[in-house]
Amino acid sequence: MREISKHPVLSFERGKRIKFLFEGSPVTAYQGETVAMALYRNGIDVFSESPKLHRPRGMFCAIGKCSSCMMRVNGVPNVRTCILPVREGMTVERQKGLGEKPSKAVKYPPPVIREEKVAIVGSGPAGLSAAITLAENGVAPLIIEQNPRLGGQLIKQTHKFFGSERENAGKRGIDIASEMIESVKKAGVEFYLNSTAFGFYEGKTLGVFAENKLLKIRSKYFIFATGAAEKMIPFEGNDLPGVFGAGAAQTMMNVYGIKPGENVLMVGAGNVGLIVSYQMLQAGINVKAVIEAAPKIGGYFVHAAKIRRFGVPIYTSTTIKKAIGERRVEKAVIVSLNKKFEEIPGTEKALDVDTICLATGLIPSVSLLAQSGVRMKYVSALGGYVPLRNKYLRTSLPNVYVAGDITGIEEASTAILEGEIAAYSILSDMGKDVEKELSDAISELSELRSGPFGAKIVFGMKEVQYE
Amino acid sequence: MSDYLKTGYLKNEDVEFPKSDSLRGRMVAVTECVQEIPCNPCAESCPVNAISMSGINGVPRVDFSRCIGCGNCVAVCPGLAMFLVGIKEGKGVVSVPYEMLPLPEKGSEVFLLNRKGERTGKGVVSGIRKTDKSRNSVIVTVEFENRELLKSVRNIEVIK
Repeated sequence: MREISKHPVLSFERGKRIKFLFEGSPVTAYQGETVAMALYRNGIDVFSESPKLHRPRGMFCAIGKCSSCMMRVNGVPNVRTCILPVREGMTVERQKGLGEKPSKAVKYPPPVIREEKVAIVGSGPAGLSAAITLAENGVAPLIIEQNPRLGGQLIKQTHKFFGSERENAGKRGIDIASEMIESVKKAGVEFYLNSTAFGFYEGKTLGVFAENKLLKIRSKYFIFATGAAEKMIPFEGNDLPGVFGAGAAQTMMNVYGIKPGENVLMVGAGNVGLIVSYQMLQAGINVKAVIEAAPKIGGYFVHAAKIRRFGVPIYTSTTIKKAIGERRVEKAVIVSLNKKFEEIPGTEKALDVDTICLATGLIPSVSLLAQSGVRMKYVSALGGYVPLRNKYLRTSLPNVYVAGDITGIEEASTAILEGEIAAYSILSDMGKDVEKELSDAISELSELRSGPFGAKIVFGMKEVQYE
Repeated sequence: MSDYLKTGYLKNEDVEFPKSDSLRGRMVAVTECVQEIPCNPCAESCPVNAISMSGINGVPRVDFSRCIGCGNCVAVCPGLAMFLVGIKEGKGVVSVPYEMLPLPEKGSEVFLLNRKGERTGKGVVSGIRKTDKSRNSVIVTVEFENRELLKSVRNIEVIK
């Protein structure tokens, strides 16, 4: 069984049991979980087969970003099952290749048109903090969220946060998430869950597919807080089921109470790799090793120390060479690297693992902005293409603002501050007197970034900031 | 400083440690937070201002003479990098933050682990403390005969 029964930090509230059909056979699920999670919990790893070589494929990111989990649901192909809540009686089939069209056309009702003052895309720490700030100042925003829950990736952060005691430091991410979600609900902010923004037209209209209906959202202002997606790295067998983004493993464990595997290789010793490894230990999973291509641990040393004192080895100057397995990962081969990051022949080592987690970086989710013509720039220090913006987080489209990882890969504390900044900027543009709050948030953000770990971001920011 | 970013652990000589004479009959906080990261709950939670930092990115330093061993910093530190050490009736005493299951029982014997997770001896659990500050993390206190281990015991393992 892949279910986590006891956890030192979390208690899992599982919904009532329901049934759906997978490949014609009934599968039991808990109400409130997604199709992908229900399948995985029941020991089903293979969700589709690749178009040309018919290789088995499973989920990778678990938060609706990567499309690796696409299946045929109720006859409709290309459905992202990782964010689709399971429903009694639905039929789910493995998708073969690119999928076949439904036998009869699916009819949808005419689009719903909404006129808003501020629309926020994404309800992670940045989106929520923007919504709270706006609502506190008398402006009711509309939130669009593609996942079944509010909170973005904050709802799986079981570790205590760093930062300033005045803000949220020492609190667990999950508790910060609950508080923020409660504030948003208390303020009566309206939100759509299970709703994917698929297009942004002329900086004015957002197209949203909201559970079998189409929304056209016209808004005076937009805040894009779409977060980031986990990176895949090239190695033989990287498409095998059992190769997950580290964040996906975290979603499985900490949101749904499911073990991604029993024996894990973690690739990457940045903060994500180190923190998720520790959380795996808490879930009763054996972390065989953490490997890091660079000669040094990239994350905070204290996170490394937390897993080392449980005996988890960290191998620096080491990378993954291949994943081996038939229908899922059965082994991983790792190899040492020299100073030029070249493999050293003869140093290969096979590890008996059923799961490989990639914590090899994130890419800002910028596609909606790029499509609508917001000016973008590739900045390696920020994780990829990011929108140009000023210090008030306004992009090259004057009514479009950004906050959180979409501006460059950082973490929740800075995302929360960016959400506030974007919201205060809009409030200020609307003529409200929030100059002090705005400048306070800006200076607090620069203080958080002033240490050596913020240097990379500050360096990257110079590339994309305009006056 | 040792090559801790390669190995993932500090060596005894990397850690500022109080004189063992000063530990008799009391507990004192030691910090194993050695990087400049933006974080200050340890200093903010100290009731006697024994932890100093040069700004939010500063590295914390404990004034051992001021520290009253209350353990607030151990409970609140997000990096689980604060510990208490002391000497009680000739025995070594260490308090560590602990967030795993199963929890040890008070009075039970546990393995003592060093910073690499190696078993270096056995000790007896003399206290298990849950505080509001700790938000589900527990502070486990162990006592052991070999006082040499005060500098290196940083984790425990429940004996099954």
